[in-house]
Amino acid sequence: MKSEVIIIGGGLMGLSTAVHLGLRGVKATVLEKDSPGRHASGVNAGGLRQLNRHMDEIPLTIAAAEIWKNIRSLVDRDCDVEFNGQLRVAETQEELNTLQKRVGALQAKGYSHERIIDKDTLYRLVPQLIAGCVGALYNPDDGSARPFHATSAFRYKASALGAKIHSKVEVQSIDKITGGWQLNTNQGTYTAVNIVNCAGAWANKIACAFDESVPLTPKAPMLMVTERLPPFLKPVVGAVGHKLSFKQMQNGTVIIGGAHLAHLDMQQQKTEINFAKLKTSAQTVSTFFPHMANVRIVRAWAGIEAFMPDNIPVISASSKADGVFHAFGFSAHGFQLSPIVGRIISQLILDGQTELPIKPFDIRRFQSG
Amino acid sequence: MAHHQLVIIGGGPAGLAAATTAANAGVECLLIDEQASPGGQVYRAITDIPPQRAKLLGPDYQYGRMLVEDFNASKAIHQPSTTVWSLDAQREIGILHNNQAALLRADRVIIATGAMERPVPFAGWTLPGVMTAGAGQILLKSAGIVPNNGVVVAGSGPLLLLLAWQYMHAGVTINAIVDLSPKRNFWTALPHLPRALLAYHYLIKGLKYQLELKKAGVPFYSGVADLCALGKESIEAVEFTHNGGRKRIETPLLMSHFGVIPDSHLSRSTGCHHYWSPSQLCWRATIDPWSNSSIEGIAVIGDSAGIGGAVAARHAGRLAGLESAHLLGCIGSKERDEKAHQDRRWLAEDLHVRPFLEALFRPAPNLLAEPENDTLICRCEEITAGTIRQAIEDGHRDPNQIKFLTRCGMGPCQGRQCDNAISQLVAHELGNDIEKNEGYRIRPPIRPLTIEQLADLHEAGEAK
Ligand SMILES: Cc1cc2nc3c(=O)[nH]c(=O)nc-3n(C[C@H](O)[C@H](O)[C@H](O)COP(=O)(O)OP(=O)(O)OC[C@H]3O[C@@H](n4cnc5c(N)ncnc54)[C@H](O)[C@@H]3O)c2cc1C
Ligand SMILES: Cc1cc2nc3c(=O)[nH]c(=O)nc-3n(C[C@H](O)[C@H](O)[C@H](O)COP(=O)(O)OP(=O)(O)OC[C@H]3O[C@@H](n4cnc5c(N)ncnc54)[C@H](O)[C@@H]3O)c2cc1C
Repeated sequence: MKSEVIIIGGGLMGLSTAVHLGLRGVKATVLEKDSPGRHASGVNAGGLRQLNRHMDEIPLTIAAAEIWKNIRSLVDRDCDVEFNGQLRVAETQEELNTLQKRVGALQAKGYSHERIIDKDTLYRLVPQLIAGCVGALYNPDDGSARPFHATSAFRYKASALGAKIHSKVEVQSIDKITGGWQLNTNQGTYTAVNIVNCAGAWANKIACAFDESVPLTPKAPMLMVTERLPPFLKPVVGAVGHKLSFKQMQNGTVIIGGAHLAHLDMQQQKTEINFAKLKTSAQTVSTFFPHMANVRIVRAWAGIEAFMPDNIPVISASSKADGVFHAFGFSAHGFQLSPIVGRIISQLILDGQTELPIKPFDIRRFQSG
Repeated sequence: MAHHQLVIIGGGPAGLAAATTAANAGVECLLIDEQASPGGQVYRAITDIPPQRAKLLGPDYQYGRMLVEDFNASKAIHQPSTTVWSLDAQREIGILHNNQAALLRADRVIIATGAMERPVPFAGWTLPGVMTAGAGQILLKSAGIVPNNGVVVAGSGPLLLLLAWQYMHAGVTINAIVDLSPKRNFWTALPHLPRALLAYHYLIKGLKYQLELKKAGVPFYSGVADLCALGKESIEAVEFTHNGGRKRIETPLLMSHFGVIPDSHLSRSTGCHHYWSPSQLCWRATIDPWSNSSIEGIAVIGDSAGIGGAVAARHAGRLAGLESAHLLGCIGSKERDEKAHQDRRWLAEDLHVRPFLEALFRPAPNLLAEPENDTLICRCEEITAGTIRQAIEDGHRDPNQIKFLTRCGMGPCQGRQCDNAISQLVAHELGNDIEKNEGYRIRPPIRPLTIEQLADLHEAGEAK
C-alpha cells in the first residue's frame, strides 16, 4: 500500500512532522533505523534557547517558543518543560559591549526577546557564579525540557493521530516509480508519494539519492552529568568567552555541555568520549562555578548530530525531486526548533508554502552556479 | 612515561598471574589495582592480615600469599590504590591515584576486574540493615568487623555458605541460613555431577561447611521462596515461604547473596562484544582461547570474563600473560604454546565443577524476571518494576530506551545494581531473548571522578 508521506528518521524532526501531518489528517509512516529518539533527539542537553541564535533562525525560534510554552496542547504531555531563562555571561566590559550591539541589532529588526542584564541582576539569578563577571545577555522565557520525554511525547501523539512508526527499518536506497517513490529497506520495500528526509547525521546519504549532496559533517558533541546537588541554579548558563552550557535539572543533577567533540566512528555508529577535550569543559565549570570542584561526574556521553558549514539547517523542498522535502543539519541546536520544523514541513507538503521565512535554509545554497 | 607495553587492570589471582608471567617473559608491564595491596577479592588484604584472622579465612586464602610473592619477585610494576575510570578501544586508560587523574596508553591491556555479587531486587532489599554477604566478607577480611547482634544469611551460592562458616568460627550468632536455590535445581544439576566429581575437592569443601554449620545447630531452611525484609526505619525481620507456609524470623541484620557475576562494566564501556550467558545469567565478554576480546589489543580474563573461581582465574591469567608476551614479540608461538600446555589442562580441569555449581545454585527464574510491581529495581533513582513494565507497555522495547525514559540505571551506581535485573525483566515481559534487546550501554567514568579531578587531568603523550 502506498503511503502519502514517508518520513525517514524517527528523531524529533521526523516525529514532529508526523504530528503536524496527523493534525491535518495525513497519516504518515516513519521509518527509523534504530529506535525513536536513539540519536541526537533523545540524548541532547534539552535546552530551549532562543538566545543568541543566528539572525535567520529568529522567526523560527520565536514561533517554536510559542509552541513550547503550550506544548501540552500539541502533544498532550508537558515534556518536563521549565522556563527559568537562559543567559550568556560576559566576563569583561568588552564582551558586554558585543552583547549590547547584538541587542541593538535585534531591536532594529523589531525583536525584543533578548536583553542585557546588569551585574546585580546576574548575581541575583546566579548566586554561585564566580565574582567579577559584568553582566549577561538574558531571555527569561527560555528554559529546558527533557529530551527523551519530549521525543516520546511526540511519538505517542503521532501514533495517536494514526502515524505508523517502524523501528529497526533502515532506508537503503530510493527509486523513482510512477506517481511517487519506492524506498528499499532492510525490511522490504515501502512506497510513497512524498518523502521527508529527517535523517539527522545520516541525511546526506538520503540527499545523495536525489542527487543533491550537501556538505554535511556528522559530529558528536559531548555532555556530562553530575550527581544530585541541592538546588542552586534556575536558569541555563552559557558564556561569551567560553564553550559552556550549564544547567541544573529538576532532580538536582547538573548537565554540562560545551560543544567539545567525542571521537566518532560513523561506520559503527559509535562515539568514544575524548577525555582530554572534556577536561576543557571541567576547567570551564571550575572557572565559573568553583563550588562544583568536588562534585562527582556520574556519566559522560555524546550524541551524533548533523553540522552544516554555516551552522544553520536545511529546511526546504528538494531542488531536484518532486514530493521530496528536507529537514536536517541542525548543528546542535535543533531541539528547540523541532515543533515548528514539523509544522513547516507539513505546510510545504500540503500547501506548497509556509508563512515563515525559510529561504535561508534552502538546500540550493550549497549548489554552485 | 605515560606509555606501557602492557597494562593489567586488577590485582586478583588473574591479574597477578598475568603480570608475573608477562614480566618474567620480558614484557614491560604495569598492574593497576584499586586496593592498597595485591590479592584481589579472594585474597583481599593477604599481605597484611593478622595470622589469627588469616587462619579463620581458611587454607585457600593462604594460598594467595604465594601468588603475591611471585608477583613481587617479578619486574612487573605495581600501582596500588589506583582506580581505572575509563578505557577506550584505542587503549587510552583513565586512572585516578592520590586525587590525581591521568591518561595512560598501552600497546596491550588485560582487563582482570573480577566479579561482583549478583544484585537481586526483592521486597525490602533497600532497607538499612540489609546488606550483601560480600560486603560482610569485605568487612571481615579488611577490618575484622563482624555483626554482634545476630544475622540471617539468605540467598544461594557457595559464598553464602562460606561466609556463614567464617562467621560461625568468628563467634557470630547466625539466626538462620535461608537457602533460596529452588529444590528442583538439584535434579537439573545432577547430570553435571559426574564431571564435577573430577574437581571433587570443591564439593567436599561445600559439604564440610554445611555439615559443620548444621552440627553447630544453625537453623537451616532450604527450598525457600518469596523472601522479603520487613521493618520501618530498618530491618526488623525476614519473612519467606518454606514448606508451603510463611515463616518469620526476627533479625536486625540480613546478609543476602545470590552468587557472583562478572564485573563487566569496564569491558562493556570499552565496547568489547558481550553475550548473555544463560547458565551464569549475566553478560560475558566474547573471548578466544587466549582471552582476547573482540577489540584489538584488549583481553578479558578471570572472573571478569565469566565466573570460574580463583584457581581458573590464575590459569587464565598465565595464558593471557603468555599471549601478551608473544604478541609483544618477547616469545615465539612455540614457546607460548609449550608454556601454556599445563595451564590449559589445569584450567579445563578446574572448570569441570562449574556446570554443576551453576545449575545447583541457579537463582529461581521468577526471582530475577518477575519482581512484584512495587519492588525497587533501581535503588539510586527509586524506579520500581511497575514503572518499568509501564515503559515497556508504552513501546520502549529495550533496556536503553527504558533507561532514557525512566532514569532507571542513571544514578551514581551507573546501573551496576539494576543492569542484570532489567535485562531479564524486559526479556521476560517481551517474551524474547535477552541478547536481542542488548544491555545498558555503559558510559564512562565507571569509577568516581570529580569535576576538579577531570579539570586537572594529566594527559597522555601522543598515540604511537
Ligand atoms: C550532545 C548534544 C546536545 C544538544 N543540545 C541541544 C540543546 O540543548 N538545545 C537544542 O536546541 N538542541 C540541542 N542539540 C541538537 C538537537 O539534539 C538536534 O538538532 C535535534 O535533535 C535533531 O533532530 P533530528 O530529528 O534531525 O535528528 P536525530 O534525532 O538524530 O534523528 C535522526 C534519525 O534518523 C534516523 N535515520 C538516519 N538515517 C536513516 C535511514 N537511512 N533509515 C531510517 N532511519 C534513519 C537515525 O537513526 C535517527 O534516529 C544537541 C545535540 C547534541 C548531539
Ligand atoms: C564479594 C565477593 C567475595 C568473594 N569471596 C570469595 C572467597 O572468599 N573465596 C573464593 O574462592 N572466591 C570468592 N569470590 C569469588 C572471587 O572473587 C573469585 O573467584 C576470584 O577472586 C577471581 O579472581 P580475579 O583475579 O578474576 O578477580 P578479583 O580477585 O576480584 O580481582 C579483581 C581486582 O580488580 C580490582 N578492580 C576492579 N575494578 C577496578 C577498577 N576499575 N580499577 C582498578 N582496580 C579494579 C579489584 O579491586 C580487585 O582487586 C568472591 C567474590 C566476590 C564478588
